[in-house]
Amino acid sequence: MKISDIFKRKSSSDVAKDRLKLVLVSDRATCSPDIMQKIRSDIIEVLSKYAEIDMDNIDINITQMDTEDNTGKTVPALYANIPIKNMNHTSK
Amino acid sequence: MGEVIVITSGKGGVGKTTTTANIGTGLAKLNKKVVLIDTDIGLRNLDVVMGLENRIVYNIVDVIEENCKLRQALIKDKRYDTLFLLPAAQTRDKTSVTPEQMKKLTEELKEEFDYIILDCPAGIEQGFLNAIAGADRAIVVTTPEVSAVRDADRIIGLLEAKEIKNHQLIVNRLRPDLIKRGDMMSADDVVEILAVELIGQVPDDENIVIATNNGEPLVGDNSLAGQAYMNICRRVTGENVPFLDLEARKGLFGWLSRKR
Repeated sequence: MKISDIFKRKSSSDVAKDRLKLVLVSDRATCSPDIMQKIRSDIIEVLSKYAEIDMDNIDINITQMDTEDNTGKTVPALYANIPIKNMNHTSK
Repeated sequence: MGEVIVITSGKGGVGKTTTTANIGTGLAKLNKKVVLIDTDIGLRNLDVVMGLENRIVYNIVDVIEENCKLRQALIKDKRYDTLFLLPAAQTRDKTSVTPEQMKKLTEELKEEFDYIILDCPAGIEQGFLNAIAGADRAIVVTTPEVSAVRDADRIIGLLEAKEIKNHQLIVNRLRPDLIKRGDMMSADDVVEILAVELIGQVPDDENIVIATNNGEPLVGDNSLAGQAYMNICRRVTGENVPFLDLEARKGLFGWLSRKR
């Protein structure tokens, strides 16, 4: 650990806040970690039919987004960032 | 017509019973007619926190099963004439009462009292459903810990599902020293996460332990917690009271250092 890390280190209350925000998103979406894992593997399975996916940089999560009516309320949303290495053109 | 307020939290041990006792006593201090109901059947505790454990003859299950009149089961407080306690039964369980019976009971009490305050059991099962059945309003108690805040969020979701839209939050056991050095979430942090209205922030105060030992709620005394609870009571009645500076009055050294 570098000395600069000591100063950069997150306070434990910030860690608590971040962890809470994440856990509440999945609690509120009533989406268990098990289901999330299944969603992830199903998406990958489907996409793999058409493209070669960069498995190391996949990011699929349930997050919150603002509703369209601008009432400040949020709804759960599926966020997915899936880098593609190569398109498979074999199924042409 | 009185207002029925349920004090709830989801997680156990965050201070629901202490909060109920102090809000009830504080409202009585403000000359309101108040009845406290312990709905934690099988694990009653509000009686000992109020110091009334030796006066119990009848309890809530006796009232519901019509073994006695409602009037007979209400225990008058030691210090305040307008404050009453309806204790829980100790030798029964939560299924001894239904939400419909609870609602009928609170409706009846509304005729006579300004505030009916229910001490809800921990959890989200039958005891919780009984306690919120007749509630017009809820006060959710949490502590600045990940587990308690998570449970509070769940409770708020359930309250909204049950159409109890009037709900506020108390963040209990705050330690200003820990918050300052970044090792505890502040009340504002918790409010930001839960997106709910704050009605009180109560410091972790050793006077609470002493008050509970003595069976005399400390609301309204000179301690920080006593002031914080009194402010909550005034906010409950609709008054606009600014939040306490919990950093203040930390002994002589604190006082001296602030004066600099």
